Amino acid sequence: MKTKKGILDSNLFYTILAIVIGFAIGAIFLLIAGISPAVAYGKLIDSVFSKPKYMVWTLVYAAPVIFTGLSVAFSFRTGVFNIGAEGQYIVGSVAACVIGILVPLPPVIHPLVCILAAAGAGCLWSLIVGVLKTKRGIHEVLSFIMFNWIAYYLQNYIVNIPIIHKKGGGEATENIKDTARIIFPDGIMKALDCTGAHWGFIFAVIAAIIIFIIIEKTTLGYELKAVGFNKNAAEFAGINVNRSMLTALGISGALAGLGGAVQTLGMAGRLPQLAAQEGYGFEGITVALIAGSNPLGCIFSGIFYGAMKYGGSKLTMVKAPSEVVNIIMGCVIIFIAISQVFKAIFTSIGKKRKEA
Amino acid sequence: MSHQSHMDKNTMVIEMRDIVKKFGDFTANDHINLTLHKGEVHAILGENGAGKSTLMNVLCGLYHPTSGQIFVDGKEVHMNGPRDAIDLGIGMVHQHFMLIQPFTVTDNIILGIEPTKAGVVVDEKLARQKVLELSERYGMKVDPDARIEDISVGMQQRVEILKVLYRGSKVLILDEPTASLTPQEIDELMQIIDNLTKDGKSVILITHKLKEIKACSDTCTVIRQGKYIKTVNVADVDENEMAAMMVGRDVNFKVEKKAMTPGDVVLDIKDLHAKDYRGIEILRGLDLNVRKGEIVGLCGVDGNGQTELVEVLTGLKKAESGSITMLGQDVFNKTPHEVFEAGVSSIPADRQKHGLVLDFSVEDNLIVQHYDEAPFSKHGILDRSVIRSNATDLMEKFDVRPRGAEGKPAGTLSGGNQQKVIIAREVTNDKDLLIAFNPTRGLDVGAIEFVHKYIVDQRNKGRAVLLVSFELDEIMSLSDRIEVIFDGEITGSVAGADADEKELGFMMAGGKKNEN
Repeated sequence: MKTKKGILDSNLFYTILAIVIGFAIGAIFLLIAGISPAVAYGKLIDSVFSKPKYMVWTLVYAAPVIFTGLSVAFSFRTGVFNIGAEGQYIVGSVAACVIGILVPLPPVIHPLVCILAAAGAGCLWSLIVGVLKTKRGIHEVLSFIMFNWIAYYLQNYIVNIPIIHKKGGGEATENIKDTARIIFPDGIMKALDCTGAHWGFIFAVIAAIIIFIIIEKTTLGYELKAVGFNKNAAEFAGINVNRSMLTALGISGALAGLGGAVQTLGMAGRLPQLAAQEGYGFEGITVALIAGSNPLGCIFSGIFYGAMKYGGSKLTMVKAPSEVVNIIMGCVIIFIAISQVFKAIFTSIGKKRKEA
Repeated sequence: MSHQSHMDKNTMVIEMRDIVKKFGDFTANDHINLTLHKGEVHAILGENGAGKSTLMNVLCGLYHPTSGQIFVDGKEVHMNGPRDAIDLGIGMVHQHFMLIQPFTVTDNIILGIEPTKAGVVVDEKLARQKVLELSERYGMKVDPDARIEDISVGMQQRVEILKVLYRGSKVLILDEPTASLTPQEIDELMQIIDNLTKDGKSVILITHKLKEIKACSDTCTVIRQGKYIKTVNVADVDENEMAAMMVGRDVNFKVEKKAMTPGDVVLDIKDLHAKDYRGIEILRGLDLNVRKGEIVGLCGVDGNGQTELVEVLTGLKKAESGSITMLGQDVFNKTPHEVFEAGVSSIPADRQKHGLVLDFSVEDNLIVQHYDEAPFSKHGILDRSVIRSNATDLMEKFDVRPRGAEGKPAGTLSGGNQQKVIIAREVTNDKDLLIAFNPTRGLDVGAIEFVHKYIVDQRNKGRAVLLVSFELDEIMSLSDRIEVIFDGEITGSVAGADADEKELGFMMAGGKKNEN
């Protein structure tokens, strides 16, 4: 009885339930589209788990969304809503890319500088919004959305600056110098049988652990959470509310910027001219919600999202639209959001049984 | 205030017999009996969490009793929701009003059972007329065309009562009706209750203010920890007896204070000017000091600058001009942190807004000013075991219940226990000055006694205490010196021992001392 109650109370149970329901609804849409869900989901699972290298690819896909997920989760925990992770991701990748192309530095140092620059750029991008909020009272959600678009056009402007634009045409920058890449050494790459493997996922896990410690164990986390939960009481207790809010936004922005850095230095190696927002920041919201804003949870929900993205990209091979992945993820979010309703229903059913 | 009874002992309106209501393993109501007659005012007295609201929710059809019977006009009834209760003539006025702010008074009263023309269009004229009739009949002044957001709390309450009457209720349940009213509005409410019972309505009054029970009730049923204690004739008992029945032990209303000679000036305020949120000058040259070993009670009607004064003193608000010193140190327009460091701790008026982070655990709330100091943290890392044992000690010492709730969110505690958490934190700070703003608002007598004891303790230790309260009784029983604030200035000063309620009341209304 006790264990059953424990399960009904646990958030993990409802998260898994939401995922199952998400897949079920996805199946309905597949049926409508005339595709066998068994075939499509079979392909999805197959393309993630059938070979070790596919699993490595999943982690490669997971790395940037773990970072943006952490960014959003951190903001949720500290009472601000960073819907601007998209823009911070972009300025992070721009900073990493520009330094990766233009500044000649020795290996190890070079990516480190790029990564720091990306974190700084993301942090700054978020801080501007924070200052607008604390000094001028402009709601952060509003400015964040606008700053996403400013970052988007900024990237397209910078990509086309002749000094870094790809020579001889093409809609992208040059490739960054090899010294700036964070891909695994050839030996490991061969062992994994994966040509795209890089350090991004490892960095993301380290970042998640650091953020977890900051939130749960440090005075900084205490302060930021106090402000997030009750600004008035925090101020009354002598905590500097504006400074805390800026700190929270700065850290959140830096995390999203780091996501841009690992993707650029690890995966792409250059910046394309964007035709639309890539959505890493918004995917971060999904990752954070699935993780229940728990930094360590973001690792797992990030891997889940990475698997869905990587597996989804192969759905076309069975003539299923890869958009079905978006439908599934959307449903998962809706059902996580209303999981409290399920909780209430299950507990009341349980109670009635007990009474009867 | 003398109470004239309109109770008809021969006509029973409601009888609740052996009501039991369980939530899981917890028994909120344990065999409770209640009998209500026509024209009776029946008070239900109990501490916070005693089960008063549960019992009333059973009577209102919101809860199903686990066992027991309810009779209305002698017939047993089974209610399946509030709708059934309304049809039976039982209406409840909740403590927190349920009104639609942008709607007019009339709209709110008729909502749900609007009189219509041809069954489609709301008959505004008829509705307005009905509302006016009702309000005149019971002497309840309301403006039928005013919007709720524009009217006073007292008038909003009258709208709630009219809403219930409009639905044809003959039994009115008033839940903590005086909680947010001014003394004058309370008098008006007493008059309304009298008018209602004169007309044959019955009133159930949920409260823990003994004075009000004495002033307007016929009978009083006492509930303690979910159990029925007894029903008494209010005329036969005094306030002390009622308090003892409610708490289960003798309650000491008279605060024990040893005689003390005040020492040096701790807080010194000179010619303080400040504006309120609308930019209107609310403090107009206020002078006030508090000395060591002294409780200074600041009394006045709400809105004469008390809130702003406390905000300025605690660093939440910037003043325009003047000077404030703490033991000679300038604390004028400093931040809350600087003020705290200068020796000011404070019990805020709004415990949920300023006092506690409700989503934080109790133990985290207890260190909110000290989280970044040893022993609670070292090098920026919190020491959870020290934080826990600190909480366990304080909860024991200050009787915060339930024990073992160190890690539970503060929001899960009852109001009285939330206040105890704040008191534990602020008193343990042991600063030179303690500012207490309405420290017992919404608390039951047991908790009030507790809070008062700790405030007096601080004084006895030689600390300075500034008590700001809208409860005249509290000011009079605690203060060594009473200062009256009116229109942003101190208009009078009396020694606590010499205080006279009438004289203070006169001064609070703007009269100068010795003019009457």
